[in-house]
Amino acid sequence: MDASNPIATAGRAPTVSRVRPGRRVADRVLILASTIATLLGIVVLGSILLMLIVEGVKGFSPSLFTAPTPGPGSEGGGIANAILGSLVMTFLGILIATPIGLMAGTFLAEYGRTSKLADIIRFLNDVLLSAPSILIGLFVYTLMVRPMGTYSGWAGAVALAIIATPVIVRTTEDMLRLVPGPMREAGAALGAPRSLVIRAVTWRAASAGIVTGIILALARIAGETAPLLFTALNNNSWFNANLLGGVPNLPVMIYQFALSPYPNWQSLAWSGALLITVTILALSVVARFVIKDQRPR
Amino acid sequence: MTALTQTLAVDRQTAVARIAPSKGADRLFQGAAYASALLVLFVLAGILGSIIYGAWPAFSEFGFGFLTSSAWNIGTEQFGALPAVIGTVAAAMLALIIGVPISLGIAVYLTQLCPGWARKPVAMTIELLASVPSIIYGMWGLFVFAPLFARFVQVPVSNLVEGMPILGTILYARIPSGVGVLTAGIILAIMIVPFVASITRDMLDQIPTVLRESAYGIGCTTWEVVRHVLVPQASVSIIGAIMLGLGRALGETMAVTFVIGNANRLSASIFDPGSTIASRIANEFNEADGLQLSSLMALGCLLFIITFFVLIIARLLVRRAKVA
Repeated sequence: MDASNPIATAGRAPTVSRVRPGRRVADRVLILASTIATLLGIVVLGSILLMLIVEGVKGFSPSLFTAPTPGPGSEGGGIANAILGSLVMTFLGILIATPIGLMAGTFLAEYGRTSKLADIIRFLNDVLLSAPSILIGLFVYTLMVRPMGTYSGWAGAVALAIIATPVIVRTTEDMLRLVPGPMREAGAALGAPRSLVIRAVTWRAASAGIVTGIILALARIAGETAPLLFTALNNNSWFNANLLGGVPNLPVMIYQFALSPYPNWQSLAWSGALLITVTILALSVVARFVIKDQRPR
Repeated sequence: MTALTQTLAVDRQTAVARIAPSKGADRLFQGAAYASALLVLFVLAGILGSIIYGAWPAFSEFGFGFLTSSAWNIGTEQFGALPAVIGTVAAAMLALIIGVPISLGIAVYLTQLCPGWARKPVAMTIELLASVPSIIYGMWGLFVFAPLFARFVQVPVSNLVEGMPILGTILYARIPSGVGVLTAGIILAIMIVPFVASITRDMLDQIPTVLRESAYGIGCTTWEVVRHVLVPQASVSIIGAIMLGLGRALGETMAVTFVIGNANRLSASIFDPGSTIASRIANEFNEADGLQLSSLMALGCLLFIITFFVLIIARLLVRRAKVA
């Protein structure tokens, strides 16, 4: 790249670093480029938050949290039904995913360990972790919505549970693996059966990490839109207590309202977007502080 | 240690009740763990099975022609996957071209250049980008980014390249609205950056410090350390991280649906609207029935095959990437 003689360069400017200009330029370019890349990331996050705050706060009013979503083109209303629907489905999703994820993670860390089956399940769980969520929506549509003949909050909750489970499986396994073997041996030496050792020793020692996994899963599913499109759909009123029929929820509400031509709907979409993003970012920050000491390295 | 002491206390309390530890409960617990783990397998099989089941009418109607046809006519019930597949691959590739250098830059910054006090907050900011829901990226892309992009990139570039041989086709916007395949690629790039960057950073952190120090010790510049020491050491994992990002970009739905313009035709210009498999499904699925529904399922099946192929390679390369 650079043909000039290093000694000549050094002789010409002895006070400057003796690094060849070509090398120095490459170095400076790298430093500059990677700093700009990092700044870009920070600017984008800042810009997203700024947009949400500027547009979202305008729509904040008491009725936002008490009134259901208004009809097309009408004024007023709130997003209370969508907030409640999201809370119910997210909570149900976590309720389904937690026992399954916890037990599957326990199997991988305690029973399966290095067996062939555990290896396969671990691998496929990792694949499932990043599977496109819209495919999970299609799956639950075929599994529940079509046979039941109606969209339902249950289908939405199951779709969210399928997304949450791999996260919980993975963190549970990682955290259980950090528990030192001698603790299990000590439990076993006292005559405790294996299931008691797991419940009273390993789970307890790893509890903070396991809870973190559940919070991470919660943050992950709280904003998921694609899997709810064909399962819970949406609804502009309060939903049935049996969760059958369309169940309003924040993500799908935001999707429909943001792309609508009605200013009132758009404003509600912005408020909902602010609410959901702040909640999710808060959950992620909390999870990171809990996990801090336990992250496997 | 405290956990152990507590456990001992618990054991002492329950000792009387557990004189004959029940084999049944122990078996039951192990069985439950085993069953839960198997459920993960079944869910994956179920996803594939249900999609193939739903897609079957379309596959048997159109056969292999489904892959090569670019028709999407609801009236005459003629459906083909080509525009959506090309749109998906094009948007994902653009995302990689833009996102990978930025991700690597961030990883290098965080591991080599960042002052110690700023490392944690900066790393956390980048990781928080990963937890922003995709629908929010969609809104940001459509309402903040697209107008700026139309005004400062699409219009000037279109004016510049108009009439030029190849560039005049690829980079010409007939209607500079800001939405299109390139916009989708850019938004996808922003979405994959936190993933690729944080996995790459972990991989760079795992390289023994001695290697890095000896390189600096013989007078290497940061660039040379990165180029000749760090990258060769971590190359397999970095490729894996990029593949993970690709898997995410291919299947991303909501953000893309907002900014790609949802046009069903095939266009040679990356400024023109297009559609991806996921955006087409999100847009049409609820209003579809019969052969159209089945064709959308068939698109989903193609997406399943493409993404899982990519993800499996990725996971083989990065054995244990982190969760979030």
